[in-house]
Amino acid sequence: MEELVNLFHGFAVALQPFNIAVMVLGIVLGVIIGVLPGLGGANGVAILLPLTFSMPPTSAIIMLSCIYWGALFGGAITSILFNIPGEPWSVATTFDGYPMAQQGKAAESLTAAFTSSFVGALFAVIMITLVAPLVAGFALRFGPAEKFAVYFLAFCSFVGLSKEPPFKTIAAMMIGFALAAVGLDSITGQLRLTFGSTELLNGFDFLIAVIGLFGLGEIFLTMEEGLNFRGGKAKIDLRVVLRTWKSLPQYWMTSLRSCVIGCWMGVTPAGATPASFMSYGIAKRMSKNGKNFGKGEIEGVIAPETAAHAAGTAALLPMLSLGVPGSPTAAVLLGGLLIWGLQPGPMLFVEQKEFVWGLIASMYLGNLVGLIIVLTCVPIFAAILRVPFSIIAPLILVLCAIGAYSVHNSTFDVVMMLVFGVIGYALKKCNYPLAPLVLAIVLGDKAEEAFRQSLLGSQGSLGIFFSNTLVSTIMILGLIALFWSLISNGLARLRNRTAAASV
Amino acid sequence: MSRSASCLALAAAASILALCSMPASAAWEPVRPVEFIVPAGTGGGADQMARTIQGIVTKHSLMKQPLVVINKSGGAGGEGFLDVKSANNNPHKIIITLSNLFTTPLATGIPFNWKDMTPVAMLALDEFVLWVNADKPYKTVKDYIDAVKAAPPGSMKMGGTGSKQEDQIITVAMEKAIGSKFTYIPYKGGGEVAVQLVGQHVDSTVNNPIEAVAQWRGGKVRPLCVFDSKPMGYDEPVADGKAWKDIPTCKSQGLDIEYVMLRGIFMGPKATKDQIEYYVELFKKVRATPEWQDLMKSGAFNTTFLTGSDYSSWVGTEEKRHETLMKEAGFLAGN
Repeated sequence: MEELVNLFHGFAVALQPFNIAVMVLGIVLGVIIGVLPGLGGANGVAILLPLTFSMPPTSAIIMLSCIYWGALFGGAITSILFNIPGEPWSVATTFDGYPMAQQGKAAESLTAAFTSSFVGALFAVIMITLVAPLVAGFALRFGPAEKFAVYFLAFCSFVGLSKEPPFKTIAAMMIGFALAAVGLDSITGQLRLTFGSTELLNGFDFLIAVIGLFGLGEIFLTMEEGLNFRGGKAKIDLRVVLRTWKSLPQYWMTSLRSCVIGCWMGVTPAGATPASFMSYGIAKRMSKNGKNFGKGEIEGVIAPETAAHAAGTAALLPMLSLGVPGSPTAAVLLGGLLIWGLQPGPMLFVEQKEFVWGLIASMYLGNLVGLIIVLTCVPIFAAILRVPFSIIAPLILVLCAIGAYSVHNSTFDVVMMLVFGVIGYALKKCNYPLAPLVLAIVLGDKAEEAFRQSLLGSQGSLGIFFSNTLVSTIMILGLIALFWSLISNGLARLRNRTAAASV
Repeated sequence: MSRSASCLALAAAASILALCSMPASAAWEPVRPVEFIVPAGTGGGADQMARTIQGIVTKHSLMKQPLVVINKSGGAGGEGFLDVKSANNNPHKIIITLSNLFTTPLATGIPFNWKDMTPVAMLALDEFVLWVNADKPYKTVKDYIDAVKAAPPGSMKMGGTGSKQEDQIITVAMEKAIGSKFTYIPYKGGGEVAVQLVGQHVDSTVNNPIEAVAQWRGGKVRPLCVFDSKPMGYDEPVADGKAWKDIPTCKSQGLDIEYVMLRGIFMGPKATKDQIEYYVELFKKVRATPEWQDLMKSGAFNTTFLTGSDYSSWVGTEEKRHETLMKEAGFLAGN
């Protein structure tokens, strides 16, 4: 009960007019940041951090976390409209969101994405409110072995996802792993695969790869197909929001499952990217429309968006209670806390009650305000697709170039983006799936690092991955996910064969 | 002979002219936004310090032009150092350094040395403290050393930030002093290291005070000693009645190791005296603000401030020391 009293006190703090103004400003800035590919939540928050130094800490963190929510919302917009995911966790949203936009259902897709984001975040905030102390302790049990197990599970639940032949999937994933290996090896401190080039010190950034592979690749394909954007003809008005809402409750099971996956991934702190991929993969298996995933199925938008936002929100919990950021953006927020003299950690909930509960209350309100703002803008966003391709394509190209440049302020990255664009075009032409490649770039080096940290600790014994109940459970879940697709494929084939034989 | 003489004369004349044409009071000042490079990722110690400085400069209007923090963390910070090295006489670019100023070029062999930049000022020195989990029975350095000696070599785990960087250098020095082996496990950031210690995934860490203070106050970790020549100067109680000042030096506890980390400012290789002077004055003003003093207190920093030749010779000595330490540890590139 004490928590609820604190929460209502928090609402009183968050509802002060100045804080509401700060909230709206934060959301709008966040959406803009999310829409610009390359800028991303972490960079956006870092750039705007100094703006908040003259504010009281509570207002400042409300503004920053609202920028974070805004960026989460904004990331979905470009994924759905242009197939350009602005953040790693938006990649899974493109699988069904972009086909929907091409079929003239951009508005439905956007509405579903925004609403799911809200549901996911709300679920996570409620969890934070009710069980914060319990859940915070859970994160402590995650050493390197447990972390690797989670990445393993993410990769496994992804296998067999794509329509392409498994060998093409594996080939694409391996290219991704190779690209992820370039740069500094964090375990030995040596440079790998840089060939003496100083430009390659940084490795291949996910954002550069994704802007090139998805964004530019798509534009090249569209150019080849006659310079027109498909699907700008749909009738667009605000009623589309209500129509879509009517259809959403039937997917409650997918939502709930995604919420749970998201919260779990956010707290552990594996982050929003594995959460979105895992949730998409599992939804595809469980849904009766599973076969239509990838062709513009609304459930394929709901699953990753819900999980990503639940994870993004839940990631703030280990940050506040342990001082470990669950995402890069959370890491910048953490820096902000320290600058205001707030020490995240076990004592924060005790010593800074007003701040913590003000922040949690602002999560409820910030998400609501964000949802209202982005939903009212759905027709405007969807209308962008009506602009002729010959006008919008150069604009996207310029935005992509700016985005690629702003990641590290380097022109080399812009060149790399073009190269990735050509690669993306070639891979698509040859029917290689791009998503496994991207997944491997994002999670490849993290998985490698966790794997090698575990082996260092265990003196080279693989037994560490089955050394306690927690890690064994996750590993076994992963193995089941990996082989289940093989088994179910085999079963289906058997069934077909007997069916064919009996005919 | 005569040609070079006339050249000299011309140069002299030109500089006199330049001097005359400048109003006497107008020292150099930035004319466009100044890039503040951080050779490390967002959220780390150097990043926090840079962003605090940026906040202080903005809040107190210490500069007429904006100060923009840019992270260039590639190759253990090598990306950032090479960027400043190639900045030549661009005075609108400064960099904050940590120990990777020495360790990165030594470990990776990238073409860079601190002499490729111009030293501006030492802002502070960051301390290193030996931490263990509070649930473990080690109350003193001796308790812990005895436990390490009793355990089979390599079975005790030391967690630290990065590979072949400051945390691992201290670990190797400890191995030498104790005469046993740790298994060193590198992580991405100091906060993560602290939590791994709380979760008992490692046995000890050498976290900076600011990285572990939250867990100390939460009663989860225990400081054993500080790797400096004298105890830290902050006597305000932090956790269960103990202050930073109450942590003994490692040397006094029989672990003869000293290590502090530079938090200093450098700029491009061809900076003029006026330009250096401008930034020195700027950082003097920054250091006088209450926000800076709060940061120093929360991180228990050693607040030594050095400029000019004092600073360069300090950096020179440290470079030699790192070279020796890393050579002994077998961390040099090509090994």
